[in-house]
Amino acid sequence: MSETAIRFAGATVRYAGADRAAIDGVTFDVAAGETVVLLGPSGCGKSTLLRTVNRLVALDAGRVEFYGSDVATLDAVELRRHIGYAIQAVGLFAHMTVAQNVAVVPELLGWERDAVRTRVDELLELVRLDPVRYRNRRPRALSGGEAQRVGVARALAAKPRALLMDEPFGAVDALVRADLQRELLRIVRELKTTTLFVTHDVAEALRLADRIVVMRDGGIEQVAAPDDLLERPATAYVHDLLHAGDLPRRA
Amino acid sequence: MSYFLDHPARVGSLTLAHVELVAVALIAACAIALPLGLLAARRPALSGWLLGALGALYTIPSLALLALLVEAAGLGPAPIVVALVLYAQFMLARNVVAGITGVDRAQVDAARGLGMSPSQILVRVEIPQALPVMIGGVRVAAIASIAIATLGGYVGAGGLGVLIFNGLTLHQPSMIVAGSLAASILAIVADGLLRLAERSARAALA
Repeated sequence: MSETAIRFAGATVRYAGADRAAIDGVTFDVAAGETVVLLGPSGCGKSTLLRTVNRLVALDAGRVEFYGSDVATLDAVELRRHIGYAIQAVGLFAHMTVAQNVAVVPELLGWERDAVRTRVDELLELVRLDPVRYRNRRPRALSGGEAQRVGVARALAAKPRALLMDEPFGAVDALVRADLQRELLRIVRELKTTTLFVTHDVAEALRLADRIVVMRDGGIEQVAAPDDLLERPATAYVHDLLHAGDLPRRA
Repeated sequence: MSYFLDHPARVGSLTLAHVELVAVALIAACAIALPLGLLAARRPALSGWLLGALGALYTIPSLALLALLVEAAGLGPAPIVVALVLYAQFMLARNVVAGITGVDRAQVDAARGLGMSPSQILVRVEIPQALPVMIGGVRVAAIASIAIATLGGYVGAGGLGVLIFNGLTLHQPSMIVAGSLAASILAIVADGLLRLAERSARAALA
């Protein structure tokens, strides 16, 4: 068994005024190098759970460990610099060039100027954007797919120990999404980056995940590898979720 | 027109004095409005209350406010500068709040998630993004201040108001026209320069 990268132990979050907990006693481990997809409908708590890892959301009970340390005991800002973060809206900084966006975390960590420059080009090549053409572009001059590639490059720039992705490909069209999914698979395999990925798209979960965590109303419904999930859904809910979209099965 | 053309040095020196009054007031006003606006942008509850209070202040007739300030601070530049600082607060703070709260939430979320500290988020993301709107506030405040500052001529603060009030006392309409014209030209120039600054700040975002 490989090292545990992220451990959720009874993780619970209650938002003020909500009638039930956003996440309620969630417990599972993510192994180092593993890609785990949190799957479920909107409002099931998957984004909240993801955001407890880099402390964008604070726990009300339970704990989240990052490589053995309770994240509540770590400095939140420092912790985040070692965890990649990519979101659906991308959030590229509009007043910075592509290169400046990718360089943000290495610069926060105080890397040397030359090391940053080399790293930016490496990352742009990794996400298959020609550095010469894209380095000095502004986010506004990018297509949705290109912007998301830059978002992924920015998240990976400082060689994070884990990558958190919150529906990163939710806003691009199906062809671009499939393309980005292939690229992400290639990248996480190449880099062996521990990845926690949120989506409501069943096909996306099946394509990307080593294991899928199916969530419902703030709790876990089932944790299983994609094949197991398809063959042995633990509950009617999981079965219905998997087949709601008349999913054409691959393989 | 005749006074304006016949006494260029006099009009020029009063214009400079006018610029000085307005510039000093605007710089002080920005130094107050920026932290005030940033604080209000962070606390929506405070923001309504603060902008309401500044808006109420803004509705006080300038002559009445100036009279009160002269009572308190005496004649000279002080009352007019204080009045300008007070009036500008509403326009400046409102635009700081609008600029900061208008920043794309995704960029702020990304900045937090990537590990920027709150002050880094402010300086590296929020202020650059809000700058065009904030400069817009300075522009509006500058134009209003140039007009209001002519009251300085009445309280011994100097500036272009001197021509207007002396013209009134001496029944010299051409002096009044000269003071008004110079103030208008000043306002147009300030508007143009700040529009340029606003545009270049906006271009930096595109």
